Amino acid sequence: MKKLLLVLLLVCQGPAWAASASTWPMESFKGDLQNMPSLQNGFKLYANYCLGCHSLQFQRYERTADDLAIPHDIALKNLVFTGQKIGGLITNAMPRAASKDWFGASPPDLTMVTRVRSPEWVYNYLNTFYVDEDRPLGVNNKVFANVGMPNVLLELQGVQREVCAEGHCDHLAVDNGTGTMTTEEFKSATYDLTNFLYYVSEPSRLDRQRIGIYVLLFLIILGCFTYLLNREYWKDVGGH
Amino acid sequence: MEKTKPQESQSGTGLMNWIDARFPATETIEYHASKYYAPKNVNFWYYFGWLSMIVLIMQLLSGLWLTMNYVPSGAGAFASVEYIMRDVEYGWLIRYLHSTGASFFFIVVYAHMYRALAYGSYRGPRELLWLIGMAIFIALMAEGFLGYLLPWGNMSYWGAQVIVSLFGAIPVIGPDLMEWIRGDFLMSETTLNRFFALHVIALPLVLVMLVFVHIVALHHVGSNNPDGIEIKKNKDENGVPLDGIAFHPYITIHDIHATVVFLFIFCAVVFFAPEMGGYFLEKPNFEMADPLKTPDHIAPVWYYTPFYAMLRAATYPFLGLPAKFWGFVVMVGAIVIPAVLPWLDRSPVKSIRYKGRLSKAMLTMFVISFFILGYLGTQAPSKAGTIAAQICTAIYFAYFVLMPWYTRVEQTKPEPERVTG
Repeated sequence: MKKLLLVLLLVCQGPAWAASASTWPMESFKGDLQNMPSLQNGFKLYANYCLGCHSLQFQRYERTADDLAIPHDIALKNLVFTGQKIGGLITNAMPRAASKDWFGASPPDLTMVTRVRSPEWVYNYLNTFYVDEDRPLGVNNKVFANVGMPNVLLELQGVQREVCAEGHCDHLAVDNGTGTMTTEEFKSATYDLTNFLYYVSEPSRLDRQRIGIYVLLFLIILGCFTYLLNREYWKDVGGH
Repeated sequence: MEKTKPQESQSGTGLMNWIDARFPATETIEYHASKYYAPKNVNFWYYFGWLSMIVLIMQLLSGLWLTMNYVPSGAGAFASVEYIMRDVEYGWLIRYLHSTGASFFFIVVYAHMYRALAYGSYRGPRELLWLIGMAIFIALMAEGFLGYLLPWGNMSYWGAQVIVSLFGAIPVIGPDLMEWIRGDFLMSETTLNRFFALHVIALPLVLVMLVFVHIVALHHVGSNNPDGIEIKKNKDENGVPLDGIAFHPYITIHDIHATVVFLFIFCAVVFFAPEMGGYFLEKPNFEMADPLKTPDHIAPVWYYTPFYAMLRAATYPFLGLPAKFWGFVVMVGAIVIPAVLPWLDRSPVKSIRYKGRLSKAMLTMFVISFFILGYLGTQAPSKAGTIAAQICTAIYFAYFVLMPWYTRVEQTKPEPERVTG
């Protein structure tokens, strides 16, 4: 038992790659896959601000629309900009080789970004772009240092800068009136966007959990019967 | 045999008679189940053999269904796994059953092996049974390793790269051997294709055959028990061991209940934590294999990490050969050394219950160091970690190498005449 506890203790620390390299205090993120308006808004934001560069090449429009309760005609009219059919994969026309020259690295496919990083990471990443004149694109990021991506949500968020005090720049603030959204609205938008990516990373998550409950309940009931059956048989075996 | 017409016996149902005259059905069932006598004092640890078989069957079936949609090509493998996860009906379930099954396979097999260590199940007359078991263990490790490349994720790629490159440390033939294994100058589609072939055809066949032989050997010598005494020594007038109990229905009914409890835990993971915090499905593996992008930290899946930590514990070149080569030797040595256990144990008793303090201390330290090594193998290398791994590696090997000595000098307790329950 002691050994078991020791192992549990060790396991709790997690594998090395789970540790984040950034020291930025991460804001927590809790996905909500039942919040359809959030997911729908996330999909809309993704289609408008992200999809141009970042594909979701393993996910289909149809599945997404169905899971997010978006009628096909509305999805086709408002979210599919590539002339694809509803059953198509969410791809884009970003040329891989050329985009590597443009950004230093090709914009990665984001189907599973929340599983490779974590939903928290993505949410904080979207919120921590700040002005940094030393970078080629004029922006840097707190959780992904020296990132090669421009701040595509700048028009919504406004111009965000580091606030430094006593040599520590551990605070970010937005210049008043530079964005079309308030801080709260922007946070809510990035929440929706992250929530959507959380959904896309594993679209069957809710199904899995729903079915899982029934499976476990079934096994508990079955377990009662197998226990009783076992007891009945072993009654014959005296002295044990 | 000399009869030209099948002999039909008078007892039993018509159909069974018809079959028995042509195939030893009843005879086989009796030999392996209803008249196979297992000790009645078998305990919790004796479930894991059965459970290993349940997991094997689960892996074979889920693997078969995965193969129906998996594409073994550099361009298609990763996408086909996601296709299974998204577009195939219940594909996610089949995939998670298989990926979780791999980890649970090792959990039950390690528990099964621990049982053998504790109760001396490797001792005569079960030496061959133990050796067949060791062969299964090695085949299983190979099967897991080959299968891990198939999703073609970045950790698949780099993990396989690291392990295959170990062969490159072998003097003279190393580099050529490495190329021969990969079938290419680096990990590529060719490697993926051959790993796929070996994973879905060669090794499953080997595993199934070895498991069959394992059970044949077991039923020939009979099961050991927590007291480590032979129940065949005390038989009644019908030749039935007094402490034995018919495998069917008594043990099977036990095992069925154990299976349900096992499935509960297994399904809890499959349905609610298939990634198991990055241990069962590693995060970098959700990214496609990229020969130009090494993950920050390459670690094999948890079930190999004890051996991986021992590999990394070798840090000194020796006899003009690089440390990497010696690491490889240590790792291979650690995997195969349990095979000689039957000839290392000189104790007059088999079970840990009756062995002396030294044996108990050594087994405890062995288990603890195995767990610590497992943990260290998941971590990025560090100075303290390496020293800890070296100490644990020494303990791991000491358990085996010193066994002829400590099992002989220690004071043992007398074994009981009959099982104690």
